[in-house]
Amino acid sequence: MRRNVRHMLIRNVLSSLLMIVFMCWSVATFADSRDLYEFDTPAQQTQFQEILTRLRCLVCQNQNLADSNAPLARDLRDEIYKKFKAGEDREMIMSYLTDRYGDFVLYRPPLQKNTYILWFGPLLFLFIGFVVLFFIVCRRDKKIS
Amino acid sequence: MKWRLFIPFIIFIGLGIFLWRGLSLDPSEIPSALLNKPVPTFSLPNLKLNDDVDGVDEVVFSNDDLKGHVSIVNVWATWCASCQIEHPVLMNIARQAKGEKGFKGLVVFGLNYKDNRDDALRWLQQLGDPYTKVGFDGDGRAAIDWGVYGTPETFVIDREGVIRYRQVGPVTQEVWEKTLAPLVEKLRRMS
Repeated sequence: MRRNVRHMLIRNVLSSLLMIVFMCWSVATFADSRDLYEFDTPAQQTQFQEILTRLRCLVCQNQNLADSNAPLARDLRDEIYKKFKAGEDREMIMSYLTDRYGDFVLYRPPLQKNTYILWFGPLLFLFIGFVVLFFIVCRRDKKIS
Repeated sequence: MKWRLFIPFIIFIGLGIFLWRGLSLDPSEIPSALLNKPVPTFSLPNLKLNDDVDGVDEVVFSNDDLKGHVSIVNVWATWCASCQIEHPVLMNIARQAKGEKGFKGLVVFGLNYKDNRDDALRWLQQLGDPYTKVGFDGDGRAAIDWGVYGTPETFVIDREGVIRYRQVGPVTQEVWEKTLAPLVEKLRRMS
């Protein structure tokens, strides 16, 4: 075929190949803990993943153990997997972690005495805001009438 | 009625106090869950293989080493930059523990976290060795039992083997003088 057509063909093939390589590469980097551990049933895998989402990565503290790539997160996932396979339930696994790392390791803060402010604080402030608003409006009405 | 004018100012002061307090808090530094609890059961091979001790070709670092005296356990690794920064302070502490009357009886231990044994030995050879024993925790599992989430971390342990304090981050001269030394002194005085 003519030279410039052949060049175009080669260029197209090469760029397509390059694109495929990059796509595969980017898919591989999205591979997560789901792909590394084996389970007897898909339900077990879901259960395991669910436990991981309830635990905080202490290195990247805004991520849970399912998402984080920190070395400690990987170690903890391994330990949790071992325990899960050994038949430990969610509560036992969570206590294993809170015994060592405290409540902070729970991704969702537990509802207990020292976290009431955390849970109810925003609602409380909203309520105070409404009360203040109410009084201001009342006073304005009184002034008008 | 004039006092009402001060309400925004009072709210501002109140908010200011909260924010000022917030600036000195670091939520990423979590307190140890093992505070005032006994040291977790552990047994690790000593980093330095003692072949000059008669009949013993490997020494173990375990709970038993932490009873009967006040101890400091320092979690470190050669790949940890801050550990190199705090090293001179640890050398100073070890020197004080061995010599001066102030801290005699204090024993300094190390926990080598997820490191390479040869690298660790070389590190100690080059920079100096403040540790009486160093537990080699290659896979980091013992450290998980201690609630370690980064390096360096340093624990202060009393005579009964109860954890009394956990320092997150390097032990600077200031941390030693203001926080750790007074605590060690207090624990030494307790019978």
